[in-house]
Amino acid sequence: MNPLSVRNVTFRYGSKTALDDVSFDLDAGRFCALLGPNGAGKSTLFALLTRLLVTREGSITVAGHDIATRSRDALARMGVVFQQQTLDPEMTVLQNLRYFAALQGLSGKQARGKIDAALDRLAMRERAGEKARNLNGGHRRRMEIARALIHDPGVLILDEPTVGLDTGSRHAITAHVHDLADAGLTVLWATHLVDEIRDSDDVVVLHQGRVIRHDTAQNIAGHRPLVDAFMDLTGGEPAQ
Amino acid sequence: MTAWLIALRAIVLREALRFLQQRSRFFAALVRPLVWLVVFAAGFRAALGLSIIAPYETYITYEVYIVPGLCGMIQLFNGMQSSLSLVYDQETGSMRLLLTSPLPRWWLLFCKLLAGVAVSILQVYTFLLIAGLFGITLPLMGYILAFPALILSGLMLGSLGLVISSTVKQLENFAGVMNFVIFPMFFLSTALYPLWKMAESSDLLRDICALNPFTHAVELIRFSLYQSFNGEALLWVLGSFAVFMAGSVIGYDPARGLVRRKSR
Repeated sequence: MNPLSVRNVTFRYGSKTALDDVSFDLDAGRFCALLGPNGAGKSTLFALLTRLLVTREGSITVAGHDIATRSRDALARMGVVFQQQTLDPEMTVLQNLRYFAALQGLSGKQARGKIDAALDRLAMRERAGEKARNLNGGHRRRMEIARALIHDPGVLILDEPTVGLDTGSRHAITAHVHDLADAGLTVLWATHLVDEIRDSDDVVVLHQGRVIRHDTAQNIAGHRPLVDAFMDLTGGEPAQ
Repeated sequence: MTAWLIALRAIVLREALRFLQQRSRFFAALVRPLVWLVVFAAGFRAALGLSIIAPYETYITYEVYIVPGLCGMIQLFNGMQSSLSLVYDQETGSMRLLLTSPLPRWWLLFCKLLAGVAVSILQVYTFLLIAGLFGITLPLMGYILAFPALILSGLMLGSLGLVISSTVKQLENFAGVMNFVIFPMFFLSTALYPLWKMAESSDLLRDICALNPFTHAVELIRFSLYQSFNGEALLWVLGSFAVFMAGSVIGYDPARGLVRRKSR
């Protein structure tokens, strides 16, 4: 059973088709980049994956649970990091983590150990009492990733998580999530930035609402830089 | 504790935290009804004579009449304020976080609603305490019996706010909602004048007031404050709550609701 499976998903906004017969599977413990230029349909797919929009044609399953019919089981097995930052700036780091743990149904006792571990992993135990608004963009993002993992999901999905970050923070976040995948977590990372992808990563290239290639980055690139291969695939629409 | 109650506790605590961080909002919410009570009602006292109407057993002053309406006003504004914070949550993304929780969406919305109601009841009792200092006291049991009535009216007005928040696209649009929802609901109700007084002016006006759910919320509060029971008002409040809550569940349902249209 694949940790995440997208099957023949089509989605329309009125008469405009945003996703057209999209299918792909994620293998367990792999880092998969969902690569596409702006407007390719990444955000729509992300909204469908998190059930902010409902799949009408096709199906999405998380660990075998259909997101449309068994959304609670599916969502419980998925960690989500949105493009937009979702920490409550007026709450402390600790309060944000506790709030999220409670939304996942974890009691204080269950959450405590996981929150402590997350704070230690991020080396942020001393800053646990600080308001989220005082953290820099990179720290906030790392906090959001740690928060998304508190309920031990099998799949972590991230929607352009490095948008708005400086280069150093961007590299640090990318390396951190690759490390998580190396440790066995299945990752779907939506991006339009080719330099966030490693040769060994799986890549789903999404263009104009369709999957036009699904392979490892190395195989897609061949002997050229990945960005050139991507430009060829998308007819010149730039990745960065 | 089940996952549902854990989430309820967390959402209420978050709202309480917000409330503590925004004390000025709490006091601002009290100033409005107090101005009506101390300035407006005092001015109208001489102009408006009120006959004995249920639940009152004797002639009352206008200040006494207006108190339940002002309690309703606090809850009406609080419901809209909660709805405003939901629109803010949608803009900041924290609503997405809430809606991707593996709990039923209707329950998550109900938790938000209850959290807002708790804050509004605190405001109402603070207002009643201050009104008492101005000499407007109520039967002791009335303060206790009003509690369930305030929960129901708060739920009804809060769920109306939820419906509205599912339709408003941006925070900037909210001022329009205030003008088109709060003021007509408040002025076309029995908060300021009884129905018979409205009928003196126009039967149509009276009928509109009688169909306004806020009228029934005010009457439910009024009767309970005076240890009486108003079955009609209770049914109206419960029915309106059911309709508004269903509307908000639909509004926040990604398959059918307005949130789907807003995300485009």
